[in-house]
Amino acid sequence: MRPALDTDKVFKALADPSRRKLLDALYATDGQALGALCEHLDMTRQAVTQHLEVLEAASLVSTSWRGREKLHYLNPVPLYEIYERWIAKFERPRPRALRELKKRLEGGR
Amino acid sequence: MAKEKSKSRFVYVTYIRSTPEEVFQAITEPEVARQYWMHENVSEWKPGSPWEYRAADGSRAVRLLGEVLEHTPPRRLVITWAFPSDRGNRAKHSRVAFDLERIEDMVRLTVTHDDLEPGSEMERGIAEGWPRVLASLKSFLETGRPLATWAGKK
Repeated sequence: MRPALDTDKVFKALADPSRRKLLDALYATDGQALGALCEHLDMTRQAVTQHLEVLEAASLVSTSWRGREKLHYLNPVPLYEIYERWIAKFERPRPRALRELKKRLEGGR
Repeated sequence: MAKEKSKSRFVYVTYIRSTPEEVFQAITEPEVARQYWMHENVSEWKPGSPWEYRAADGSRAVRLLGEVLEHTPPRRLVITWAFPSDRGNRAKHSRVAFDLERIEDMVRLTVTHDDLEPGSEMERGIAEGWPRVLASLKSFLETGRPLATWAGKK
């Protein structure tokens, strides 16, 4: 599977509630095997496998082997990229605007 | 074995449009690291040699230290990782492995941080730090601009 560089894959992966639930499950307990993850979802093993593949292709989940067991880890790196690109940028000017306002109000006292 | 299982592990991955050589340098060369990490990894990079993680400001403070376990440029780097106050306490040293793999025109960088004490200050710190550092490294190598790596942090 060709790994994703584009943000589209990350947003698409996040657009599904079952996949978000899987990410939450990994946030609660990192490094889980497929069997353990299936317990969190009312879904077939096959469906969970497919969701994990989408998450892995979007780089939101990384994997590592322990013996013959494939463990899944939350990989928040793409989330941080999205945060920087789509959230922090719009957040940052606000504190500055508030500081200006505070200065003006206090100066005018 | 039981003891090892009780330690926690984190696995972070990022795909960077770059070469393994460049990514390896960005980790091991202080002049590059300071530009996107705000810190430097200082070492002679020989197995057994000490490694220090220093603030890239006037203080040059050593924030973390450890030892080089493996140095195989440009594919793999393994170091131990601890707070300076735990220098003599090997039980508190965690382990970080950087694995670089070329995939088409990209590098897959995997950072595996294990032997961490569950619930420790170190675990919380690295879980917050690695995604920031790796996202900034990717941005720096691809666009020449780092991210605000430690925005909102001390």
